[in-house]
Amino acid sequence: MPGPHHARDAKVPGGINIKAELALELQGDAFPATRYSVISAARSANPAERSQAIDTITTFYWKPVYKYVRLRWNVDLDNARDFTQDFFLRLIEKDFLGSYDPVKGRLRAFLRTCVDRMFLNQSRDAHRLKRGGTLAQQALDFDEAEQELSKGAQKVDSPEDYFEKEWVRTLFAQAVEQLRVECESAGKNLHFQVFAGYDLDDSDPKPSYANLAARFNLSVTDVTNYLAFARREFRRCVLEKLRVMTGSEEEFCREAQSLLGVQPK
Amino acid sequence: MNTTKWRWLSDQIISQLQAGVQFPDLTGTRYRAVRFLARGGMGTVWLAEDTVLGRTVAVKILEVDFTTGELMARLQREAMVLARLEHPGIVPVHDAGTLPDGKAFYCMKYVQGQTLDQSLPSTLRERLRLLQRIAEPLAFAHSRGIIHRDLKPANIMVGPFGEVLIMDWGIAKIGRDALRWSGTSAAITAESDSLPKEPSVPEVPATAHGKILGTPGYMSPEQARGDSDQIDERTDVYALGAILKFLLAGDLSKKESNLKPLYAICEKAMAEQPGRRYSSVQELSDDVEKYLRGDPITAYPEGVIERTLRLYARHRTAVVLVLAYLMMRILFILFSRR
Repeated sequence: MPGPHHARDAKVPGGINIKAELALELQGDAFPATRYSVISAARSANPAERSQAIDTITTFYWKPVYKYVRLRWNVDLDNARDFTQDFFLRLIEKDFLGSYDPVKGRLRAFLRTCVDRMFLNQSRDAHRLKRGGTLAQQALDFDEAEQELSKGAQKVDSPEDYFEKEWVRTLFAQAVEQLRVECESAGKNLHFQVFAGYDLDDSDPKPSYANLAARFNLSVTDVTNYLAFARREFRRCVLEKLRVMTGSEEEFCREAQSLLGVQPK
Repeated sequence: MNTTKWRWLSDQIISQLQAGVQFPDLTGTRYRAVRFLARGGMGTVWLAEDTVLGRTVAVKILEVDFTTGELMARLQREAMVLARLEHPGIVPVHDAGTLPDGKAFYCMKYVQGQTLDQSLPSTLRERLRLLQRIAEPLAFAHSRGIIHRDLKPANIMVGPFGEVLIMDWGIAKIGRDALRWSGTSAAITAESDSLPKEPSVPEVPATAHGKILGTPGYMSPEQARGDSDQIDERTDVYALGAILKFLLAGDLSKKESNLKPLYAICEKAMAEQPGRRYSSVQELSDDVEKYLRGDPITAYPEGVIERTLRLYARHRTAVVLVLAYLMMRILFILFSRR
């Protein structure tokens, strides 16, 4: 069963592959006049398109939401699971995103506010909605999220900061997975392995280029070039995902600058 | 390979990925990026290894969205002109080109030292000598028609032996004369002819980007207004005056000499109207030299008392000897009359 962390190509009705469209869009230097964004798709009159957008948002945000609720509101595991599922169901049913204005703030800040409000409302009403339902297209691996929470929660400054960090972590993990899949299908497995051996290795001391060259039977120059290729592609993957997950070009550029230190062309 | 390994990325890996994507892509060049060094006005500077010559160099990558060929040509020309500014006080440019992602880069000598804002000489005399050493390469660049436009302590590197290097010529204004001068060989003139002609190249960056570049506090009024026609060597005179002010402000002993003339030099160098400033950095440097020698300076009309004190300070030994001689003569006359 594919987990939520697996890369998936978001599809809008009619079977158009969003990733392929994005790739086409990104071939040009300038921003296109129109852009695919989950924000606009989530407001679409078409239920399938709306559902697909929520599915994408869920992929990126369910873990940050789950972990945030656990930390911020000190909710036990079962209630946090129910709340998380409920939150994303309500995103669809209650059209939460209808009131989101990209000009006023970032999507994740808006979602976090929605989480807080929904939680407070439920607490106030003393009415915890337990539907027992799950999101139709998402299989949320809460056990995995719980394990991750135990790894990362020790260094939490604030639940809000943690939410931000978890969003970045999810975004990067999705981008890494996309890169792996793309490298595999393009016959560039070794490029990905060099990238994984260097940038995805947090051991101390860090392997040198010479170590990697010896490990993969490459020259140091090849390691440099493979790494440069993979990093370039990784950046593209992050930017693609970021672009989908932001509501405006300004927000996209701001996020790209803040996350990657780059001004996307 | 375990594909689930990066489902959860540690904070360390996130930082590595963020640093990694900012690493310049030097594929296809002879350079290998080693580490980040600094961020300048238009780009980032990286320590790199020249894999052909096996030496350490600095690679400056211009972080500008090159949407027009004209701007790219302008930046390449800038690198070419700077490469010809052969002066010990100007960082030599070895190479220039374009990276796979379309960004232009220079490769230059890797300079070790501290910038002026990080380390100041302790005595006034040393600071003034330093200022004069800053003026030398500037005067040289001006003679070649190049105006730095971003002079500030952070862009002045002081080496371990007190050598001065002016850095970050990224927003320098390159006048027509910069391409016209013939240099030392006919080859340079021939190459200059192949460079993009000035009229077809947009001004960098004030009009090209529609914004003003420079550093407040060191930026002349005409530069702050974006009045590129008015920018000439007096723009750098203004910045040099601001640097002198910076040098005078930093932790000087109260026992140091009269600083008023030096502040007068600052005032003249930083006059609102370019016409009221020193006409060249050399002229400013000459005034500093006069101050150091104890001579009157052009920027500071002194009164009788100040002149007397200055002359006394300059000829202290002689004055003391003369006074002692006179005293002895007087005493001798007085005693001989008894």
